[in-house]
Amino acid sequence: MSTATGLNSPERPATTPTFQAPSTGRKIKNNVATFLVGLAFVIALIPLVWVLATVVVRGIGAILSSDWWGKSLSGVLPESYAGGVYHAIYGTLIQAALAAVIAVPIGILAAIYLVEYGRGRLARTTSFMVDILAGVPSIVAALFVFAAFISILGAEQSAFMVSLALVLLMLPVVIRNTEEMLRLVPDELREAAYALGIPKWKTILRIVLPTALSGTVTGVMLALARVMGETAPVLVLVGYSQSINFDPFSGNMASLPLLMFSELSNPEPSGQFRIWGAALTLIGIIMILQLGASVVSRFSAISK
Amino acid sequence: MRYQRRVAAIGLIAASALVLSACGSDENAGGGGVSAAPGVTCGGKPDLRSSGSSAQNNAMTRFVATYQQTCQGQTLNYTPSGSGAGRNEFLGGQTDFAGSDSALKDGDETTRAQARCASPAWNLPLVFGPVAIAYNVPGVTDLVLDGPTAARVFNGQITTWNDPAIAALNPGKQLPAAPIVVNFRSDESGTTENFQKYLVAASNGAYGKEAAQTFNGGVGAGARGSQGVADATKNTPNSVTYVESSFAQRGGLGMAQIINSGGGQPVPLTTESVATAINNVQISGQGNNLTLNLNSLYQTSAPGAYPIALATYEIVCSNYADDPTGQAVRAFLQTALSPGAQQALPDAGYVPLPDQFKQRVTTAVNAIQ
Amino acid sequence: MTERTTAARPRDPQDEGSAAGSATLDTVTDTDPGRGGTGRGATPGRGERVFRGLTSGSGLLVVAAIAAIGLFLLVQAVPSLLANNANFLTSPVFDTRDAANLNFGIRDLLVVTLLSSLFALVLAMPIALGIALFLTQYAPKRVARPFAYVIDLLAAVPSIIYGLWGIAVLAPALLPLATWLSTNLGWFFLFAPGNLPVLTGTIFTGGVVLAVMILPIITAVTREVFSQAPRFHIEAAQALGATRWEVIRMAVLPYGRSGYIAGSMLGLGRALGETIAVLIVIRAATTPSGFSLFDGGYTFASLIASAASEFSQPLPTGAYIAAGLVLFVLTFVVNAIARVVAGGKVNG
Repeated sequence: MSTATGLNSPERPATTPTFQAPSTGRKIKNNVATFLVGLAFVIALIPLVWVLATVVVRGIGAILSSDWWGKSLSGVLPESYAGGVYHAIYGTLIQAALAAVIAVPIGILAAIYLVEYGRGRLARTTSFMVDILAGVPSIVAALFVFAAFISILGAEQSAFMVSLALVLLMLPVVIRNTEEMLRLVPDELREAAYALGIPKWKTILRIVLPTALSGTVTGVMLALARVMGETAPVLVLVGYSQSINFDPFSGNMASLPLLMFSELSNPEPSGQFRIWGAALTLIGIIMILQLGASVVSRFSAISK
Repeated sequence: MRYQRRVAAIGLIAASALVLSACGSDENAGGGGVSAAPGVTCGGKPDLRSSGSSAQNNAMTRFVATYQQTCQGQTLNYTPSGSGAGRNEFLGGQTDFAGSDSALKDGDETTRAQARCASPAWNLPLVFGPVAIAYNVPGVTDLVLDGPTAARVFNGQITTWNDPAIAALNPGKQLPAAPIVVNFRSDESGTTENFQKYLVAASNGAYGKEAAQTFNGGVGAGARGSQGVADATKNTPNSVTYVESSFAQRGGLGMAQIINSGGGQPVPLTTESVATAINNVQISGQGNNLTLNLNSLYQTSAPGAYPIALATYEIVCSNYADDPTGQAVRAFLQTALSPGAQQALPDAGYVPLPDQFKQRVTTAVNAIQ
Repeated sequence: MTERTTAARPRDPQDEGSAAGSATLDTVTDTDPGRGGTGRGATPGRGERVFRGLTSGSGLLVVAAIAAIGLFLLVQAVPSLLANNANFLTSPVFDTRDAANLNFGIRDLLVVTLLSSLFALVLAMPIALGIALFLTQYAPKRVARPFAYVIDLLAAVPSIIYGLWGIAVLAPALLPLATWLSTNLGWFFLFAPGNLPVLTGTIFTGGVVLAVMILPIITAVTREVFSQAPRFHIEAAQALGATRWEVIRMAVLPYGRSGYIAGSMLGLGRALGETIAVLIVIRAATTPSGFSLFDGGYTFASLIASAASEFSQPLPTGAYIAAGLVLFVLTFVVNAIARVVAGGKVNG
C-alpha cells in the first residue's frame, strides 16, 4: 500500500522546520470533511430519536393502563380500551423461546465444528452458508416452512411453525457469536488440557465452551432480540387470536407484531392506542435483551 | 464468582418466565357492557368453532359477548380467516358453521355441503354492512352520485370533480376543478367485490369492468384494508373511496348520497335507508335457505332505499349429525337475532335486520336441528 | 444483529478479514500440533467420535437448510410455473385469483424491489460512511462506544414499527420535498410523475424508510473494518504532517473500502427482503411501474406478505412461492458478493 504520495518529506532539506502548518486548501478540505462526518452522525440520530419519541409518546398511555400486562383482549370490543396484551407478550416470548431451544444447541455445535474440527472444503462451505443464512429474508424463511411443513407434510398453522422459521433466523447469529468467542479462548488452555490426557471433546465441553459461555449467551440474547420483532413469519404461519393460547403446537396464537398488524384494521381510536402500546412494549422487551446482552458480554468477557 | 453471576442470570430468566406464564388472564368482565338475551334455549356443545368473513368479525365479537352472557359456560370461537377459508373449513368439518361474504356456490360446494351435513346446508344472511362512497373534497358536503356516475369515477372515465356528470347531480355546489384521486383496497376483499357488483349492476354497463375480490377499475392508488383506504382518503384532498360506513364515520369522511336505480331523491346512508333496501331484497334460495338475489339489492328502485351493502351469511347445516352442535348453533344464532344483540350493531357499523326480514331469518334459525 | 457479530469477529488478532476468518484459521489450526486431539496416531474414543459427529452434523445442517430452502421452494413453485399463462419474467401482472388461469410475472416486482432498495442504498451509503468515520476516527474512545450502541439501537427497532412510523409520521413530512422534486425535476425519469395519483406512500417514501433500516447494518461492518486500519499506516501519515482527513483518505479508506462495499451489499440484501415496513408504506398501483421513484407497487416480499392470508389453494400459493424463490436467489447472490468482496480483501 503506497501511503505517502504527495507528502514528499524524505526529499525535504533538513533545514526546514519539521512541522509546517498545512496549507489553507488542505485545512478547508479537512474542516469540510470533519463537518460532513459530524453531519452524517447527526442525520442518523434524527430518525432514531424521531421513531423512539413517536412510539413513546403514542404508546405510554397504553402500557400504563391497569390491565395492559396481565389481561388478554378476549371479549374486548374493538372500540373498548379494556384488556391488555398479555396473550401477545406470551406468544412473542414462547415462540422465540421455542426457537432458541432448537437453534442454540445446533448453533453452538456448528460453531464448535467451524472452530475446532472443521477444515477443508466442507468447513468453508459451511462458513459460507452461515453468511448466506444470515441474509435470508424472514419472509423467505417463512415461505420455506410453509412449503415444507404445511404444504407438503400437512402440518397445521401454529406457533411452532413460526418457531421453526425463527430457528433459521437465529442460527447464524448464535453461530457467529459463539464462533467469535471460541476463537478468543487461548490455545494454552486447550494445550494444558491435552497435556493432561483429556480427550479433545471433553476439553471442548469442559474447558473451551465454559470459557466462551458469555459470548454464547450474548449471541442468544441478540438472536432473541432479532427474531422477536419479526412480523413476516407470524403473518404467514399462524393465525391471530384475541385470547390466551398456552399451547404453541396448535391453534391460533397472538404475538406483539401480529397484534399490531391486526389492529391496523381497527377503525376505532382504541386500535391506535393498542398498536402504539404494543410497539412500545415490543421495543422495551427488545432493548432489555440488548442491554442484557451487552452487560453479559462486558462483565464476563474473555479479556480482549 | 463469574459462574455465580451466570447462574443467577439464568435463574432470573427462568423465574420471570414462570411468573409470566401464571399471571395472565382472559377475564375482561365488563369489556362490552352486554346483557343476556331473553328467549334463547341454551345448551348443547359448550365451545363452538366458526371461521370466515372478516367483514362480519366485529358483529361476531358482539354476538359472542352476548352469547357468553346468555348461555353461561358456552362460547364461540370465531376466526376471521376470510370467506373462502371459512367455507372450506366448514365443508371440511373443522368448524361448526361458516361466515361468508357469498353464499355456497351451486354445484361442487353445495354437493360437498350436503355430504358434510348429511342434510341440506342453509345460507342465512345475518349481518349487513352498508358500504359508503366516502370522499374528502374540501368545501363540498352532501355530494350526490348515482350508479352510472359512480361507475365512471371508479373506472377513470370521470377525472375531475367539476365534470359535467357530477355537476348535473349536484346543482348549486362549488365543485373544484381538481383531479379525482381514487383510493382502492389493494388486498382481496368482499367489500371490493360487492362494491364492484353494485357498479356493474347499477350503471347500465357504464362500469365495463369485472366484479372481483380485487379492484379492477384501473385507476387510483391502493391501500391495505378498510382502515388503509379510510386513512388515505382522509390524508389526501380531493380523493374518494369505497369503505364500510363505520370506517368513514370514524375518519370523519363525507359519505355520498346515492340516487338509486328508481331515480328519485338522493338517499343518504342511514340505518333506515339500508333497512328499506334489505326489506325489498329478493330471496333466491328455497324454503329456509335464504340465499339473496343481490342484484335486487343493488338495483333497488324503492324510494328511500340505499343500494350498497355487503351481505354476509352464516352457512349452517339444516340438521347437524351431532345434536348438541345443532342445539348450540341454534342458541348462538337466536342470541344474535335477539333485540339486545341487534341494537348493538350500529355501533359496530352494521345495520340491525329490519323486522320483516328478521322474521324470515328467525324462522330458519329455529328450524335448525 | 447478525451484522454486528459478523463485524465483530475480526477482533480476533489472528483473523484480519471480516468474513473470511475460517480460511485464515484453518492454516493456524493445521500448523498447531496441540490441536490435533489426544494422540494423533491413536484412534479417537467413542465419545470423541460421537461428539465430532454431532458438531459436523450441525454444520452440515446449516448447509442442508440452505439447500432445503431452495429445493422446497422450487418443488412448490414448479407446478404453478408450468400452469402459468403469462411470461414469468416479463409480465407485469400478478393475477392468481383463478387457479385454472394463472397469470403471473415478476417484472413489476423486480422493478419496485430493485428501485426501492437501490434508492435506499444510495441514501444510506454516504451517511453510513460518515458515521463509521466519526465513530472510529473522530469521536473520543470514551464516547465512541455508547454512540455505536445508539446506532445499533436503530437495528433493534422492529420493522413493523418503522412501517407505522413511515406512513403515519414520515410520509407527511416528506410530502413537501417530494412535491418539490416532482415539480422541479420531473423531467428526470426517477422523479417523473408515477403511476400513483399521490406523492405519499411511493417508492420514494419506502426507500427513505429502508435507508434508515439498513443504516446500522452498513455502519456496523464499515466501522469494524475502519477500526482495524493498520495503526502504523495511520501513524506514518500523521508523522508526515497529514491532516486528519488526509490520514483517512490515505490510510483508512483504502484499507476499509472492501469492508465498506461488503457492508453495503449486506444492507442491500436486507433492503431487498424487507417485508412488513414496505407492505405498510408503499401503496399499490393499477399500472406497471415506469421506473419513477414516485411509482407505487409491490416488492417480492410485500406481495407475498399481502397474500399470506389467501394461501389455501396449492397453485395460486405456488405462484407466490415462485416469487419467494426469486427473492431467495436475489439475496443469495447479493450476500455471496458481499462475502467474496470482504474475503478478497484478506486474501489480496
